[in-house]
Amino acid sequence: MSKNYFKIIRAGINSTFQDLGRSNLYHVGIPFSGAMDNRNYLLANKLTRNNHNYPVIEFAYQGPHLKYFGDKLNVAITGDVTFIIKKGDNSIDGACYQSFILENNDELDIISTNKSVYGYLAISGKFDLKFQWSSCSTNTKANIGSNKGEKLTDNQKINIKEINQNFVNKKLNYINTKIENIRVIKGTNFNYFSEEGKKIFFKNDFKVSKLSDRMGMRLEGKKIENIVDTNIRSEGLIKGVIQVPSDGNPIIMFSDHGTIGGYPKIGVVISADYDKLVQLTPGSIIKFQEVDLDAAEKLFNLYDLETQNLISQI
Amino acid sequence: MIKNISNLGDAALYCDFGKEVNREINSKVIRYFKTIQNKKILGVNNLTPSYNKLIISFDLKKINFNKLKKIIDNIEIINDDSIQNKKFEIPVCCEKDFSLDIKRLEEKLQMKEEKIYESFFEKEFFCYMTGFIAGMPFLGDLGENLSAKRLDTPRVRVPKGSIGITEQFANIYSFESPGGWNIIGNTPVNIFNSSKENEPNLINPGDLVKFIRITKEKYQNYHE
Repeated sequence: MSKNYFKIIRAGINSTFQDLGRSNLYHVGIPFSGAMDNRNYLLANKLTRNNHNYPVIEFAYQGPHLKYFGDKLNVAITGDVTFIIKKGDNSIDGACYQSFILENNDELDIISTNKSVYGYLAISGKFDLKFQWSSCSTNTKANIGSNKGEKLTDNQKINIKEINQNFVNKKLNYINTKIENIRVIKGTNFNYFSEEGKKIFFKNDFKVSKLSDRMGMRLEGKKIENIVDTNIRSEGLIKGVIQVPSDGNPIIMFSDHGTIGGYPKIGVVISADYDKLVQLTPGSIIKFQEVDLDAAEKLFNLYDLETQNLISQI
Repeated sequence: MIKNISNLGDAALYCDFGKEVNREINSKVIRYFKTIQNKKILGVNNLTPSYNKLIISFDLKKINFNKLKKIIDNIEIINDDSIQNKKFEIPVCCEKDFSLDIKRLEEKLQMKEEKIYESFFEKEFFCYMTGFIAGMPFLGDLGENLSAKRLDTPRVRVPKGSIGITEQFANIYSFESPGGWNIIGNTPVNIFNSSKENEPNLINPGDLVKFIRITKEKYQNYHE
């Protein structure tokens, strides 16, 4: 019996435990998983003085409504999120990027993410979780990870096994920015597409469709015409690969993606733009912009420096 | 040495072993995969062998494409003939509720349903790779007469246990998943077990598989 725990009043749409994910399992068919927006995940752990790889709760759109039972607990929420903290009859509007204390019987109601998809809740300490292949990350498609590989459900309990008793409040001034231009490196099947199709890919707008989740993002736009073959021999995929099946609409692979795919790869999203891309809600308009490998590496170094800089400000 | 290495995005090497699919090329891919896996190169965080490709993913914070390519260029493969190939018999039920695309296939292939099944069940399959979803085996080779393309738009949900075919290959959906293969039946066998961390997959590259047709009754009463 854990004496410190959350009771879930409402689980939210897709709330799961996530950490940095699991590596070296693509060959058996298991993707990385892990927090979709790596930067906001890292910031949540830093705000609660955790190690950088501790499990957090990731939520999408509507987050969980939790009631807390136990000793004083420091928590923090990152992303662009509206939430309230209820202490008895008092309701306090919550602020992201700022740690705060929950006491016995307090409620935390994460109402929604604002014009973004994912948010993160970290506690200063450790949830009581089962790890598989050294990661708690829940992969609901393969039922792998903590919580029996399932998303959180109403009325369940979340046990906490360790509380960090250091109650220094931490704060960061940070505003999530949105991007419309997604930078990509040409894919290994770029030449499968007609000149017109290539032009459409780099010049036209694409709309994020509702069929988007932790596995991938489906886009809608003018059909990208394939002139060679709409199938390739199934081969490995990685995060950020943009496949175009024969209907001509691109699909971008995300953290829970299939490890193997058979549709031509028109491009790959650069690592620097991944965190921002996953936050785009259905209906958002994006444009693809070509960069080369050298530029992509420099952009990633810049993005990573920026993340490290934010972490060091906390 | 791998002749043809290019970059897939900014954090992966794309090693190309040619266009053809056969057991010889696939074995070469697997040997490179095992050799590189054993080297535990700093920064490499995933290897994905497939029919004739090997993708090496890495952590861009620790290494980059050019540095890793130099290491991979200098790797010699070890000949490992000690790989044990297991044989499996997988029961499959082809009742209407399970054979989602059989009518579509009759049209695509210009063949009657019974002929399609006859041709499918007489084959012994070789496992080239596993993946897409956890544990899914990619099996070959089907006869030319059963070669069909994937669905134009992949299904959002293919039921767990579904047996799919495309081109000269067959597979088993170990979980409910999106997917574009033509579904012809369903197996009650659990082919992935996450509690076995050392060997979660029932079928592994190099294994041999024969499908056995069963009735709906047998399917419903199946116990492992």
